[in-house]
Amino acid sequence: MIMGESQVDMNQPNTNVFKPKIAAFLCNWCSYAGADLAGVGRIQYPASIRTIRVPCSGRINPLYILKAMANGADGVLVSGCHPGDCHYISGNYVARRKFALIQSLLKHVGLEDDRVNFSWVSAAEGGRFAEVVKGVTERVSALGPNKGIFTVDDGGATDE
Amino acid sequence: MNDLINNIRETARQLLTDGKVDVVIGYEKGSLPLKATPCFVRTPQDVERLIWDATCENNLATYVAQTAGKKAIVAKGCDSRALVVLMQENQVVRDDLYIIGVSCQGVINKKIIEIQTGEIIEATITDGKISVKGMEGSKEFSFAEVKDATCQTCRYPNPVIEDIHLGGTVNVSQSTPFADVIEMENKSDSERQAYFNEQMSKCIRCYACRNACPMCYCPECFVDCNSPKWLTGGVDRSENLMFQAGRVLHLAGRCVDCGACTRACPQGVDIRAMNRKSAKDVLVMYNHEAGISEDIQPALNVYSADDPEAFLVKE
Repeated sequence: MIMGESQVDMNQPNTNVFKPKIAAFLCNWCSYAGADLAGVGRIQYPASIRTIRVPCSGRINPLYILKAMANGADGVLVSGCHPGDCHYISGNYVARRKFALIQSLLKHVGLEDDRVNFSWVSAAEGGRFAEVVKGVTERVSALGPNKGIFTVDDGGATDE
Repeated sequence: MNDLINNIRETARQLLTDGKVDVVIGYEKGSLPLKATPCFVRTPQDVERLIWDATCENNLATYVAQTAGKKAIVAKGCDSRALVVLMQENQVVRDDLYIIGVSCQGVINKKIIEIQTGEIIEATITDGKISVKGMEGSKEFSFAEVKDATCQTCRYPNPVIEDIHLGGTVNVSQSTPFADVIEMENKSDSERQAYFNEQMSKCIRCYACRNACPMCYCPECFVDCNSPKWLTGGVDRSENLMFQAGRVLHLAGRCVDCGACTRACPQGVDIRAMNRKSAKDVLVMYNHEAGISEDIQPALNVYSADDPEAFLVKE
């Protein structure tokens, strides 16, 4: 399934403004709760993320990020507990090393800087979660649709 | 050099005769010119098959975990580094292993020759000169001309771990580490994108790189996995990139830069470019080089509270 096709909001007027679809991998204990707090607090943020709840940011396989991009996500947001606050003590420390390498490698092979984003958001930071989503959405919108992991016009993308 | 081969054979004969090992893993003359092939010697009579020269390009560590019993292995610098990583990952038991260390001057990359001569029919190596008779002409090369790119920047030509060392040692080249990666990093995003785009277009996903790699020992590779199905099986450059990038991330902090993947590639894909980038990142960010000491934990197994965080979003 191409990501988000089933999630078209029929009540929205059809406009030509590009609305990105962003796969958001949120850790259960902090960032997911932070997103929940943003909701409970009725803090507005763009409805561009598709939340995927994971037990811990350390659970995020680098392939999840590549596969999300391959399946047509316009951007990826990965968020977990702040270092030192991991529910599993060290999950996000281990993840942090992986994330830095993923970010650097993807930039090296030519992916735009702002497609794949990493952040730490705690359960108490509902407002900040909204800010992160706003920022990421703005930057991904500016990049335009994902045309495959390489932004080429001749259909280098995956059609599943 | 012939003394060295005799020493290797004699050591292998002794080990097999004394029953210290069940098999000696080394190189023998291959069926193609300028390409040695891995060889498994199980009886003292067979040790005459063993050779050692600049055509011994495979990383023999690949075969160690798959070979049962006690084994001796002829190891160059990169093979020994791979063995260290395999030991750290509990794939190889040190007590089952006898490492015959040999220092390596570098190996020949046949592809460099074949560009000029066509398919190689016959070749001889004498005193550092390589005379080649090819389908499209004959030519003589100096060893430096045809040395593999990995070996030109090799910083560990001497084994880091060994039970016996045969022959002399090789001086380490004093070139700037990762000069090739730095050059690549200095290019613009679109130039790098175009470069990897071209490389990924060449890949046919035969997985020769994976099979040649000593670190790719997973019983089921992510590319073969049916559920989740990471790759669809189509060969386009986006899928190819996902395979190559996935492999690089699996090898992060583990790749010993032996170059076996790139030499195994039938399409001439520059696989090392990505692996080297990742190796450089690991060195710069976490001050770790794979397989140089058994006592150092692999970079992604450990963490520090002050690891770099520059990659985070600014909000």
